[in-house]
Amino acid sequence: MRYLSLIASRLLKAVLVLLAILILNFFLIHLAPGDPAMVMAGEAGATDAQFIADLRERFGLDQSLPMQLWHYLAGVLTLDFGYSYRQQMPVLDLILERLPATLLLTGAAFVISLGCGIVAGMLAAMRAKRPSGSLIMGLALLFYATPLYWVAMMAVLVFSVFLGWLPAYGYDTVGSDATGLAHALDVAEHLILPATTLGLFFMAVYTRMTRASMLSVAQQDFVKTARAKGLAPGMIQRRHILRNALLPIITLAGLQAGQMVGGAVLTETVFAWPGIGRLMYEALMQRDYNLLLGIFFFCALLVILFNMLTDVIYRLADPRIKEAA
Amino acid sequence: MRTTTFLRGGLAVLCLSSGLMTAASADTAPQPGGTIDVAIQPEPPGLMLGLIQNAPTQRVAGNIYESLLRYDTDLEPMPQLAESWEISDDGRVYTFHLHHGVKWHDGEPFTAADVVFSADVFLRETNPRTRAILEHVASIEAPDDDTVVFTLEQPFAPFIQAFEVGTMPMVPKHIYAGTDFRTNPANNHPIGTGPFEFTRWDRGSVIELDKNPDYYEPGKPYLDRILWHVIPDAASRAAAYENGTLEVLPPGSVENFDIPRLSGLDNSCITEKGNEYFNPFAMLWLNDREGPTADPRFRQAVMYAMDRDFAKDVLWNGLGKVASGPFSTNLAAHDESIEGYPHDPDKARALLAEMGYDGTPVRLLPLPYGETWTRWSEAVRQNLESVGIKVETESTDVAGWNQKLAQWDYDIAFTYLFQYGDPALGISRTYISSNIAKGSPWNNVEGYRNPEVDKLFAEAAVENDPAKRQAMYDRIQAILYADVPVAWLMELGFPTLYRCNVHDLITTGIGLSDGFKNAWIER
Repeated sequence: MRYLSLIASRLLKAVLVLLAILILNFFLIHLAPGDPAMVMAGEAGATDAQFIADLRERFGLDQSLPMQLWHYLAGVLTLDFGYSYRQQMPVLDLILERLPATLLLTGAAFVISLGCGIVAGMLAAMRAKRPSGSLIMGLALLFYATPLYWVAMMAVLVFSVFLGWLPAYGYDTVGSDATGLAHALDVAEHLILPATTLGLFFMAVYTRMTRASMLSVAQQDFVKTARAKGLAPGMIQRRHILRNALLPIITLAGLQAGQMVGGAVLTETVFAWPGIGRLMYEALMQRDYNLLLGIFFFCALLVILFNMLTDVIYRLADPRIKEAA
Repeated sequence: MRTTTFLRGGLAVLCLSSGLMTAASADTAPQPGGTIDVAIQPEPPGLMLGLIQNAPTQRVAGNIYESLLRYDTDLEPMPQLAESWEISDDGRVYTFHLHHGVKWHDGEPFTAADVVFSADVFLRETNPRTRAILEHVASIEAPDDDTVVFTLEQPFAPFIQAFEVGTMPMVPKHIYAGTDFRTNPANNHPIGTGPFEFTRWDRGSVIELDKNPDYYEPGKPYLDRILWHVIPDAASRAAAYENGTLEVLPPGSVENFDIPRLSGLDNSCITEKGNEYFNPFAMLWLNDREGPTADPRFRQAVMYAMDRDFAKDVLWNGLGKVASGPFSTNLAAHDESIEGYPHDPDKARALLAEMGYDGTPVRLLPLPYGETWTRWSEAVRQNLESVGIKVETESTDVAGWNQKLAQWDYDIAFTYLFQYGDPALGISRTYISSNIAKGSPWNNVEGYRNPEVDKLFAEAAVENDPAKRQAMYDRIQAILYADVPVAWLMELGFPTLYRCNVHDLITTGIGLSDGFKNAWIER
């Protein structure tokens, strides 16, 4: 019963937050100068008043702002996210078409960064006083501090242009008719550079955090007790230190997972990955209000979902949290 | 054969062949077959050329759709869907005889009824630029299936320049008649008469066009397939050309500073051809209404202050031409006797002193189209500041730039305009006072009003005697040159980069924008 009411109150809050985000976003993007009709007229290189008036009427931009908001909210309640002015397709279709590519990229980056980050952090903690530990931390600092787009460009130059090992851009080989396993391998090959690039920053963060957290847990009394009991050092590291050191990492992983839809704009742009991030950036530039609001909605939804999921995982990792709730 | 050389130090120059009439294509027969990989940037919003008039749309859809004519690099009309044509002596009746046996991609025959529908119904509703040209047309009739007659209200000599595919694309009557053009489902699968057919479009990745097997010109097109690669980042496009994935980089697809490096690669050719019809002309909108820019002496001072040769050599790799005045040099109406404003900072300072410029700052709006334009605005700012003009740069994105110009909220702003082969189509729109209206970044944005210029432009457009027309255009150029309503920068040199074994890529004055009909790959 307590669980049910807890879940119900969380869901209610989530719906209210989503609604607030929608309304706030709606007014925010209308604050930006220009509108989609002006952008499209601008691109046409020639225009007249009738052309712009036609566009505004077609997009419903000739109505007052509150009316536009009302129509939009009414649409969203029936899961109708409207029509992209520019791409001339329903917003939901556009988003669903691009979502798999983005989730594949950010999901792969998530796994790479979390997996490698924790392992590297553990190694660094266990070799805190040795050169190999310092080397790991040095690399982590480097990846932490280097701008993503630069890493991306350098990766393309080195691995694609000079060495020719990996494709420079895209989701699969354009023009190849591969299917099944051959296609999956083709996509995987295209995935390596962008996923690694995108994962580097968070990998560095996880490495630093795992190391710091493990070193601080290692100072605590129960670890001394475990040692005094004569437990094997590996066992102490895994069962006692790592598990207790995981909580801050879960928090951070929850944050990273929340960015899975909208967090890859730069990577998708440099690698021409046909995902949501690029769609969002283009929609912003073109003042494609409906599309932009739709993407914001999905981003917000994902953040809320992962926040809830993080809470659940906390409880699994550390049963003491249940009592506190 | 025209060759292009870079004058900058350290540049080993290039493959000296230029797209048109290369030696190789003259003595080798075209080889059919093959796929060509081309960059497209930005991704077009749609491919229905009758509805969408922006450059990337035309670049792709210029292969799918056709118009009655094409234009060579001297802007002389060439046959396309019209085999031949006559213009009556009084300059009012244009008769076109259509090619026989032309079919739409869905197999329906193309007839004169399609031409009448496209021009008189479809484009009058959807295309503002064509709508303005068609104001001169009293009637469009099809006496039989192969003949179309345009009767004009009065002579309008540039009318023969209006049958370029982006201006007057032929659209299928059997698909669009009686429908809402903008929501017609066929817009997602465009049907034209062109050498290539639409096959698929994976949004964000690739647009595929395949050879039209029933094309009416025997043997053409030579290529089997065109793949347009959507790559949003300029540096990534450069890398894709460098590693051999792409074979053609259309004008504007990479940053100018990458061009010397890319054109220096093995088997890499560069050409400036194919820009003759549009001839992008860069200029600064000066706000003639208010502030320091309202004084003609200030505007002249801006012209004298700018080192445009520097911009050409450093920012544009020496490509293009410094503008002499309001008319680009490849227009027949250009007055050759105009020398152009030299770079003369002292004269600029003298003019500013004469008008009593009080140091009021002017706002400079760069064009948000990439790094070259940002740097150009920095160069101009430096030029202006060196003669004592106080400049504040106001950067914004494309939507903000459109908005500021449309609302006249600027002092000096970068832009570039297409010329469309005739002053009445591409130039008068910038200077005539009837074209002053808020809400568009493409009309008389600067707010210039001169009754004599208005009258001369109106009379020249409908004057049928070439000598009289030229006299009027000479007079217009002299007036505008002195008044400096806008500051003329450059006729831009937008080069196309391509693999040297691609031949006959550019064979008209419209360049890549009217298709790959003649292109072939040597293997």
